Amino acid sequence: MATATVSEKKVVRGSDGGKTEYVVRAKDLTKEFKMGTETVRALRGISLDIKRGEYVSIMGPSGSGKSTFFNMIGGLDKPNSGTVFINDVDMAQLDAQELAFLRCHTIGYIFQTFNLIPVMTALENVMLPTVFAGLPAEEGTARAMELLEIVGLGHRLHNKPSQLSGGQQQRVAIARSLANNPSIVLADEPTGNLDEKTGKDIIKLLRELNQEQNVTIISATHDHKMVDVSDRIVWIRDGMIDKIENREDIEIHIGSIGGDATEEE
Amino acid sequence: MSEAAGSGASRSSNGGGKVQRQVQLPWKKAFEFAFNSIRIRFMRSMITAGGVFLGIAFLASVLVSKAIAGNDVAASEIARLNWLVGLSLVVCAVGITNSMLMSVTERFREIGTMKCLGALDTFVVRIFMIEALLMGIIASSLGWVVGTLLLVVAKWAGGVPKSAPPGTVWYGSLDGMDLLSSFLFCIPVGAVLTALATFIPARQAASIPPAAALRTDI
Repeated sequence: MATATVSEKKVVRGSDGGKTEYVVRAKDLTKEFKMGTETVRALRGISLDIKRGEYVSIMGPSGSGKSTFFNMIGGLDKPNSGTVFINDVDMAQLDAQELAFLRCHTIGYIFQTFNLIPVMTALENVMLPTVFAGLPAEEGTARAMELLEIVGLGHRLHNKPSQLSGGQQQRVAIARSLANNPSIVLADEPTGNLDEKTGKDIIKLLRELNQEQNVTIISATHDHKMVDVSDRIVWIRDGMIDKIENREDIEIHIGSIGGDATEEE
Repeated sequence: MSEAAGSGASRSSNGGGKVQRQVQLPWKKAFEFAFNSIRIRFMRSMITAGGVFLGIAFLASVLVSKAIAGNDVAASEIARLNWLVGLSLVVCAVGITNSMLMSVTERFREIGTMKCLGALDTFVVRIFMIEALLMGIIASSLGWVVGTLLLVVAKWAGGVPKSAPPGTVWYGSLDGMDLLSSFLFCIPVGAVLTALATFIPARQAASIPPAAALRTDI
């Protein structure tokens, strides 16, 4: 199996000026955590490019570094070295206000533990990003209602998270992640706290949104149900990329230009 | 540990893409958030405010009882009363700090979430400070009123000691100035302690990367 990271770098270099093609480019990311006296190397040089509109699953056992990697590309944490580009912007160069703008407008987040604000209703939770974006309340409400309708919760607008099931809470979180029309949705173990069937529904919903709204979805998971819907599956082990699989293994193109971008399984 | 890169860094080297800056929401919005937050978790807010209330009530009652005793008592008695005032200040400080710290740290995840959704650090800190000051000032005022009243009522019910010289009244040397100065001492103490015990953890939670705030378990 060829090392996909290498061939992908070629793609980036080969594509001069193709600024809109890759929505995420990560280069040689490393991250260390201090656990008492020991230093844990969570990421040991990961590079990955993700195309606009792709549905990418990052798979790996717990402790493999996939959540850490996920946090890096989401701008939720900083790498010790290496760079992350979102829409060709180097995240390390951003100040707090620019970073906040990016989190607000460009990236939507979905978490394993839903992370809804417990004291707010479904509608208020989904509206929250629009408030931070400075959208007037009427527009925010309309947008939130529309999204809750899309995720099938049009009838639970005024319920608090505690009054909703896990699957419903995750639907609210999905609606919230889309509030400001992001170009990327990052989902960290979105099915981790859900039962088999609910998990399947959530995956189906994410895939539909990916196709209908043309939003790039990057999901860290160890749920194998995710494999069926993903365009690419990135396997991470011990803080490094183990292998990258395409859903259609027959057309083995990564990137869209040049013969050197192809690789064979 | 701050999250953002130095703002002086040159950003021309890579990519060339530009990101706008997030808008700072007006104070009015922060007030709205703070007010709603207190209202929605009313019971929890009452318990937090209860810590401030009790601390200040204790402090106020000790201050008033010292004022009633006045300066005509024995030096040993004055020393005892001063000791009590010092002690009550410590108890009050620990009580207030404890309840405010608790109420902020249990919301670290909420802070992390809000930042993921695009809230600015300063906005998050503002919400918490407005909430804390609202609760701190109201609870301190109520605490002062109740602490003072309870002590005055107890003194009144106890009457004048038989050993006291003739002409002594039950309220001793307590006058309006004493009440005013005790009020002017208690409220700032309550407000400053509340603000500090909120600002430090809220500032910390807001300035670390959201992932770290979300990881926090208490």
